[in-house]
Amino acid sequence: MNFVALKMLTGDRAKYLGLIFTIAFCTFLLQNQTSIFSGILKRTGSQIADVSDAEIWVMDAKTEYFEQTKALKDTDLTRVRGVDGVEWAVKLFKGSPVARTLDGKFAVSFCLGLDDATLTGAPRKMLLGSWERLREPDAVVIDHAGYVLLFPGEPLQLDRTIELNDHKANIVGISDASAPFVSWPVMHTRYSQAVNFVGRERTQLSYVLVRPQLGIDARELCRRIEAQTGLRARTSGQFRWDCIRYYLKNTGIPVNFGITIAIALIVGIVVAGQTFYLFTVENLKQFGAIKAIGVTHWRLIGMILLQAFTVGIIGFSIGTGMAAEFFNFFGQKLATRGIILMWQSVALTGGCMVLVMVLASILSLRRVLVLEPAIVFRG
Amino acid sequence: MSAKMIPAVQCRDLRKDFGEGTTQVQVLRGVNFDAAQGQLTFLVGPSGCGKTTLVSVIAGLLDSSGGEVELFNQNVEQFSARERILFRRKNLGFVYQQYNLLPALTSAENAAVPLLAAGVRRRAAVDQAKAVLVKLGMEERLDTLPSKLSGGQQQRVALARALVHEPRLILCDEPTAALDHATGEAVMDLLAGNAVHPDRAVIVVTHDTRVFHYADAIAHMDDGRIVKTESRRPITTPEVLDGVATFA
Repeated sequence: MNFVALKMLTGDRAKYLGLIFTIAFCTFLLQNQTSIFSGILKRTGSQIADVSDAEIWVMDAKTEYFEQTKALKDTDLTRVRGVDGVEWAVKLFKGSPVARTLDGKFAVSFCLGLDDATLTGAPRKMLLGSWERLREPDAVVIDHAGYVLLFPGEPLQLDRTIELNDHKANIVGISDASAPFVSWPVMHTRYSQAVNFVGRERTQLSYVLVRPQLGIDARELCRRIEAQTGLRARTSGQFRWDCIRYYLKNTGIPVNFGITIAIALIVGIVVAGQTFYLFTVENLKQFGAIKAIGVTHWRLIGMILLQAFTVGIIGFSIGTGMAAEFFNFFGQKLATRGIILMWQSVALTGGCMVLVMVLASILSLRRVLVLEPAIVFRG
Repeated sequence: MSAKMIPAVQCRDLRKDFGEGTTQVQVLRGVNFDAAQGQLTFLVGPSGCGKTTLVSVIAGLLDSSGGEVELFNQNVEQFSARERILFRRKNLGFVYQQYNLLPALTSAENAAVPLLAAGVRRRAAVDQAKAVLVKLGMEERLDTLPSKLSGGQQQRVALARALVHEPRLILCDEPTAALDHATGEAVMDLLAGNAVHPDRAVIVVTHDTRVFHYADAIAHMDDGRIVKTESRRPITTPEVLDGVATFA
């Protein structure tokens, strides 16, 4: 009877395609919105993720996310180094100078000042040039998106001169740094140079980057640093989640995306569920005839579930394909780089679609199972 | 009448009510009705007299409110719901006024549905259905969808569906009502020629007086009761000789 169920499903081509389109569209919308939402939130910790050398970030006790820095005292670096279990600790500066090209185009940028001696935190993914050249005078590495922003339409080229807060800087490398939350150029330079670009203040140290000794658990070391220095110490993973939580709590992003996701889910449940339900209701006489012939309830349940999951799987597959193609296309654009179709989003949407089809099946089954097969004798 | 009737259907004091209290309607008011194997029994009467309800109760599609129904000497009302479904699947065939064919299935596939429901593999079921359709003169329309068939052709497919699994009882509800006279006669010819069998009873509910001449027996129904019975032809099959066909 599976064959009969599938023929009944596909026989009414318009409704069949309508059901598939509804589920595909709903799947696309859910995957698209959840992935973009996750991708944008992931960006809040991009600069943390790009520092692969250190596992622990030490900051002011009141710091909640990456952008919110309060300068530490220079002695804090020494205090952190003194904590048992610290392999090494280096300083990191974060500032926001204005970058300006010689022809006058300018943009506010992220400027990360790396430890002069070790260059810990330097971008490891380089498109052009070398991060080792950061040791040269006035050297900066700029990210690809920032380069395109400052030099639109021009080929990638090293040794171009820009100004950072009126200080001359020489581009010695173009990196493939992860996209920041806001579309500012990301500059890497030496610590000593970065503080010159931004302008000297009494204290300049934004973060201390720490590597635990071999065998020392990073979380345990964070606890020790906090206990001994009174500063806040977080592992890279914890700090990234801190940033995500901060934006979730303090911005309208979750509300905006949440509304869209909720609407997509409701539209999916209501439209797909109702269309499938109406499809079953319109075929009640056919189901009545099948019941009269002697098809058991279990077989009918199987037939309706088969119909529901056939349209569900086809619609979900098409929707996932559409979402994959969307991210494949927009993932190549600089503004949306790094935002990908996440497997978690596919799994979550798959779960939602199963829920939609189960609900639609239950509603439809109820009508079919209580149907008196004697309906077939009514003209 | 000198032949012995082997009962296929026996209804005794059969009652069926719809609704409750002041809205209760008594549709069957103590029906006594028999139909014999090897006979084409017509159930006739005015609209609303309870013919379709009686057939529905006999088929086990509706529960009675009282009385007894025996099919082939088995009291089907004592069956569980599942047993009743399985009994119906094996022993009953249906022909409806509106054909009730599945629009997405071809003629052969439609006719094969009872076999598919019984678990016969698709190819074998469709082959078997095609053989029955060929007997009914539908060899040119085996792979045609119902929407491309005339009313008479659709009713032939419905007849094939009722016959394909060789049931012991076929219930037909106004099989000629939606057809013109000539087509109705042709369908009744096929029904009489193919469905009537010594081991099978055929009950036809009809208003159509033009086809009464096909009946072996006629039960007249009015106001929820059988009010008159007629035997048109004696039962001549070897198994049913020496006895009297009666309607209670």
